[in-house]
Amino acid sequence: MPLFFSQTLAILQKDLKTEWRTRERLSAMAFFALLIVIIFNFIYEPGSPIIKTVAPGIFWIATAFAGLLGLSRSYAIETQNDCLMGLRLTPADPGAIFLGKMLGNTLTMLILQTLILPIIVIFLNVELAQELPRLILPILLGTLGLAAIGTLFSAMSLNTRLREAFLPLLTLPIFIPALLAAIESFRAVLEGSEITDWLVLSSAFVALYIAACLLLFEYVLED
Amino acid sequence: MNAAIDIQNTTRRFGHITALQDINLTVPTGCVFALFGPNGAGKTTLLRLIATLSKPSSGDIWVNGINTRRNPHEIRKNIGFISHQTMLYDDLTARENLAFYGRMYGLQNLNIRIEEILLTVGLKNRQRDRIHKFSRGMKQRLAIARAILHHPSTLLLDEPFTGLDTSAQSVLSSIITGLKAEGRTIFLVTHDLARGLALADRFGILFQGQLVHEASSKDIGESELQTLYETKTTL
Repeated sequence: MPLFFSQTLAILQKDLKTEWRTRERLSAMAFFALLIVIIFNFIYEPGSPIIKTVAPGIFWIATAFAGLLGLSRSYAIETQNDCLMGLRLTPADPGAIFLGKMLGNTLTMLILQTLILPIIVIFLNVELAQELPRLILPILLGTLGLAAIGTLFSAMSLNTRLREAFLPLLTLPIFIPALLAAIESFRAVLEGSEITDWLVLSSAFVALYIAACLLLFEYVLED
Repeated sequence: MNAAIDIQNTTRRFGHITALQDINLTVPTGCVFALFGPNGAGKTTLLRLIATLSKPSSGDIWVNGINTRRNPHEIRKNIGFISHQTMLYDDLTARENLAFYGRMYGLQNLNIRIEEILLTVGLKNRQRDRIHKFSRGMKQRLAIARAILHHPSTLLLDEPFTGLDTSAQSVLSSIITGLKAEGRTIFLVTHDLARGLALADRFGILFQGQLVHEASSKDIGESELQTLYETKTTL
């Protein structure tokens, strides 16, 4: 295996292993997402006609905010014992470090989403079982976009005093185009409409985000 | 003799603050160099410049003949860095930590190397334990294993004795002595004059960002060094 991918895989496995052993991030993210859905449950009548229109937004609000909570903690293990310095001292490609962290964050958020979807079905009474296969790709693309930007800005905000506030302030404005595409494609799936255009738009933004973040990450790691 | 570390006219500024000013220093290959200095003298800043973690504002640094500005990745393959921070993941086992770093360095025959190094630092019987259960001394031994895993020719040590009890300090000293015997270049930054002097072939004193003294450690005793240090670090 080329060294770049071996390094990416090493970072990914390390992040997933430590997360699995502590479950710190995922439990906090899941609880936060649950609270968001419950709050919307009080606002909208479960099973009402409007639910199909608002459910995609609720899903992505829960994903984005709970995801940002997790993203802000994704470098916590690197600051512990100054592991980030240890990483920087290796000849590892910064791109490999970024991709490994990004894939770890993507997988964590995908696990979170598998918890959010049934919560939405239960609390908002939305019928999703039939549409699930068509939802996979738009959700995956939106999550990749959020993970890419969030991984970059999470690293950038490491040494800032207001890390938790800094991350959403930077991430959300840039994520908005991909977020809109993700919400609209989700809605189109629920309404049984065509989603190809939204998928193309999502893919373009995700490709742009990942390419830009790969280029910029090296500078984020520098002193 | 070839220079393992060659620092030429190096200055490092942080905004208006000059952390290091016009440093010139050559450390020959295989030499143990101890750098002393009070807090805030710029010792760690200099070490970070050598380790390619930071770039000089002016001047140049060569490590094993490679300029730190031009090819930091190549330099990182041949340096090991030990500080009072272990740079290890608490929720991974000792073996997993070494395997992770080994993969980042792209090492071949990693399992054999891990066995070998765990034996060297005396942690073979604890290799499957997560390191948050380890004592400070054990963690520091594992940090040494991490730093020398990839056979670096140059080792950079930043206050490695900090926070260790006397017995752990002795263990660390003997490991460093072993590395010295293997012919590795060691650049040691410490407050501990006695221990630094015992390990070093040459020493330097850094004060307010300037290298105010540099000499061989052969012709100087501990008390003389103490007097010299106080003279050089008093305004």
